[in-house]
Amino acid sequence: MARDLAIETERVGRLYRPRGRAGAAQPRTALDDVTLSVAPGELFGLLGPNGAGKTTLIKILTTLLLPSSGVARVGGFDVARQAHEVRRRINMVSGGETSGYGLLTVRENLWMFAQFYGLSNTVANERIVELLDVVKLGDRIHTKSSELSTGLRQKMNIVRGFLTDPDVLFLDEPTLGLDVGAARDVRGFIRHWMRDHPGRTILLTTHYMVEADDLCDRVAIINAGRVLTCDTPARLKQRMQHHPMFSLELTRLDEPDLAWLGGLAGVRAVAHRPGDDRTIVELTLSEERVLGPVIASLHARGIALLMLAKREPTLEDVFVDIVGRRIDEVEGGGAAAS
Amino acid sequence: MAAQRLHKDTGWRLFARTIVARAYPRVIGQQRERVWTLFEITLPLAGLCAYVYVYRALQAPAEFVGFVILGGAMSAFWLNVLWAMANQLYNEKQFGNLPLYVMAPTSLMAVLLGMAIGGMLTTALRAAAILALGTWMFDVQFAVTDGWALAGIFVLALASMYAMGMMCASVFLLYGREAWHLVHAAQEPVYLVSGLYFPITTFPRAIAVAATLIPLTLALDGLRQVALPASAASGVFPVRVEMMLLLVLTIVFTEAARRLVGYMEYLARTEGRLTDPHG
Repeated sequence: MARDLAIETERVGRLYRPRGRAGAAQPRTALDDVTLSVAPGELFGLLGPNGAGKTTLIKILTTLLLPSSGVARVGGFDVARQAHEVRRRINMVSGGETSGYGLLTVRENLWMFAQFYGLSNTVANERIVELLDVVKLGDRIHTKSSELSTGLRQKMNIVRGFLTDPDVLFLDEPTLGLDVGAARDVRGFIRHWMRDHPGRTILLTTHYMVEADDLCDRVAIINAGRVLTCDTPARLKQRMQHHPMFSLELTRLDEPDLAWLGGLAGVRAVAHRPGDDRTIVELTLSEERVLGPVIASLHARGIALLMLAKREPTLEDVFVDIVGRRIDEVEGGGAAAS
Repeated sequence: MAAQRLHKDTGWRLFARTIVARAYPRVIGQQRERVWTLFEITLPLAGLCAYVYVYRALQAPAEFVGFVILGGAMSAFWLNVLWAMANQLYNEKQFGNLPLYVMAPTSLMAVLLGMAIGGMLTTALRAAAILALGTWMFDVQFAVTDGWALAGIFVLALASMYAMGMMCASVFLLYGREAWHLVHAAQEPVYLVSGLYFPITTFPRAIAVAATLIPLTLALDGLRQVALPASAASGVFPVRVEMMLLLVLTIVFTEAARRLVGYMEYLARTEGRLTDPHG
């Protein structure tokens, strides 16, 4: 394996063995043959539904978990055998994190964690002020962390991750549970940090397609522990462009209707968002001339077309094309719509 | 924001920084929650009064009141060892801090030492208050025969008790949710076995000697011999022997803590459950 990569995994697998009586249940595969490489300076996204294996991979790369098989390296160091060297070069922030102590102020919490990485008091305090201002939390520096809202607390956690100036930073669903404004601030901060620190690397996991599309240089789509594809968001979407995509607003459809629609000739994928009295359907067709027969078939089945628009592919379309379902359908365990 | 690399301490400097940083929340926490301190002084003091009045009703020798006051002061440390040391890694797991500790380039032993030193400092204030108030309320006559021995046995007592707490922190973490029950199991019985409010030599010799495996027993016995001369003849061992035993216990518990924290980290990485708050 090349030693100049920021992150590299080679056929990494992870099994979870159920606790309790031996042999009572089969081990569960959380990761299966994951091979990835991330160059220094890259903002790499792992995109997948909850339970896809994203957090397991991050735990392995941050030395919190050993792989059951394969090799993983960060900064050229083996996460299993050279954990201490890896730890000197990384940091991690997770969405919904409740770390720190509620009795301490924002500054004190951040100072405490900075000490665990060997930052001097002067440097730590300067950086705390600087970074809190960037994330618009400067006015809360002396507020007890127990008095912060979820969004402000997550901003504090984000600062904790960047404070130690890691070579590789792992962001595990960093905007989970944040309101739109706070999530936008966090994304803006990540973007600026990458611009100002060209040699640093970020591995970001998310199940927000827009976030991955907005931030990442490259994206790997992961589902059920396997990496299904890996490329730049632009190239992933480009692959979809030879399959025309349409957004249809229809009178309400039920599950049999969706299954029937997915089975029509020339329909590659169907994703849907049910509303109160109507359903938005995203159709991926094999070619544009299939659209006419599809609309005719809908009409014949008594389903009214309320709106039709052709649109550009998104990462969500790529996900549906590869996995066969929308990401929220996978998370919700919904039936396949194509 | 400059993009140049930051200097980060390693080795003993990082170890020392970690100790100070982890002790800080404990010390500052006491400053911020003064009501807690008030309750932590007055409630145990009320418990002590009950024992004092029982002894007085039974017309027990005067030094027994001294036993109770010394026991009350030292029990503050014991409770801190159980609830804020032995149970603490489990608490950190629940708070979500444990993965950050494991993932940091610092030593988990430094984190545990920071907890211990922070705990000692904050509890010393409570213990001193209990001692001073108890002495004043019941007119206890302490007569220190050897100040150096008193200081030595007190320091070694704290070192061995908190080293035991550091060792138990990893053990209790391995038991997951049962940790809370383990703490309870180690609280009340130790009051009995250590002779918290009575001379341990009340027990048969073999039981008294076995009880000295608990540092609190040796600490109380040694402190009584040095501070309450009337009880000097009733010690389990001479003070200097007890100091040696406390030193040995400190070394054994510290080494055990070091090995167990390594084992705990190995389990965490192998099974992936110890850093999971739901695991």
